[in-house]
Amino acid sequence: MSIFPFVVVAWVCAVGLYGIITSRHLVHQIVCLIVVQSSTYILLLGVGYKTGAVAPYFYDIPLNTPAVDPVVQALALTDVVVEAAVTALLLAFAVQAHKRFGTLDPEELRQFQG
Amino acid sequence: MTPRQRRWIFLVAGGGFLAFYLWGLIGLPGFGNYPGPYGDIINAIAVPQTHATGVVSAVNFEYRAFDTLGEEFILFIAATGVATVLRHLREERDTSAVDEAKNRDVPATSDAIAMVTLAFIGPTIVVGWYLASHAQTSPSGGFQGGIVLATAFVLVYLAGQFIVFKRLSPIALTDAIEAIGAGSFAAVGIAALALGAAYLTNILPLGSTPGAVNSAGTIALISFFVGVEVAAAFILIIGELLEQTLIVREGDR
Amino acid sequence: MMTALQVTLLVLVAAGATAVVLTRDPIRQVVSVSIYGLLLAVLFMAFQAPDVTLSELTVGAVALPLLLLLTLAKVRKQEE
Repeated sequence: MSIFPFVVVAWVCAVGLYGIITSRHLVHQIVCLIVVQSSTYILLLGVGYKTGAVAPYFYDIPLNTPAVDPVVQALALTDVVVEAAVTALLLAFAVQAHKRFGTLDPEELRQFQG
Repeated sequence: MTPRQRRWIFLVAGGGFLAFYLWGLIGLPGFGNYPGPYGDIINAIAVPQTHATGVVSAVNFEYRAFDTLGEEFILFIAATGVATVLRHLREERDTSAVDEAKNRDVPATSDAIAMVTLAFIGPTIVVGWYLASHAQTSPSGGFQGGIVLATAFVLVYLAGQFIVFKRLSPIALTDAIEAIGAGSFAAVGIAALALGAAYLTNILPLGSTPGAVNSAGTIALISFFVGVEVAAAFILIIGELLEQTLIVREGDR
Repeated sequence: MMTALQVTLLVLVAAGATAVVLTRDPIRQVVSVSIYGLLLAVLFMAFQAPDVTLSELTVGAVALPLLLLLTLAKVRKQEE
């Protein structure tokens, strides 16, 4: 049972990838990529979690209180914001693709390759 | 490759991945048995060493500040990329912008929505500012504060004041502020070099009390610059998209 | 060891991710992805990560839906 969070990580990642390969709309595909990325946050925070520990803020608790790993939290925190920026860039490319080819269907866009 | 073939390849590869992943998981310490020691060491030394009670911020803006610098520049480059791609589109469209304004009905924002939205602008700015400037004490920091600050500008737009939104955030100014935010972070690091310390060493006085707002030296400063950069980047991205979507609305007024 | 809250939230997040992917209409998907973002934020709170919670709240509930809706509005306008 103690591996359940990591099974959820695998499920979220796999279901997102499934969405990406079966998608018929670029914006839908980008949202599926967001889902894949979100699995990494769950993985990072799951790895750093310690049973019974508190959040790593020592404002009003004694210094030797057991706390969860702050390093993975710092990684996840910046990732979330960077993810938003990367999504914005991808969306801009989708707008560009639609402007030039008049479609957002990856299958139809394929015929413009070359 | 047909979609059908692709689905089969995915199912086979996904099945294999899942099998090896589960196999690997069984040999690892389970959820809640964090083996350490990295996080435990940081938790023990961060507060005495940096006088920041928010250890996550201490990691972000002190121990791994160089990494955060890289992440901030990802954000910077992404915003620049959005602006470049969309501005290119805008130039293409300028010739044909006239006929699109025909028979388009832009609903006016109702007074009730405008009232509520305008009432929220002040508190949003205060919350954003608070978050960006309290990284060293409590769960907050430049990344979250920056987005909340950008939201305040979006509220101006939501209240139906697109013209005001554009006037408050002219693209040249937003560009410059974004660059200043990103550059100042790098400059804080270079200041440490000038004093003979390693890049991004905490060179400012740490303050006497851990948890005070004026404690933790460069952590607070860097968090603030990150907040400025993130806010400007998101205002820029949103502004570019709005410009694209709502040229018509501006023409109506 | 996991608390009942964590197990419940993990199940909800797994179901939420599935729902987001299976929502094929992008405009409806904007709603489901912002709800998914909220679920993630609550899960991170249960994982003792308030900082990541704030980050996910601002990004998942504000920035992403806004960007997606603006993109869809733009694409729809190009189609006219």
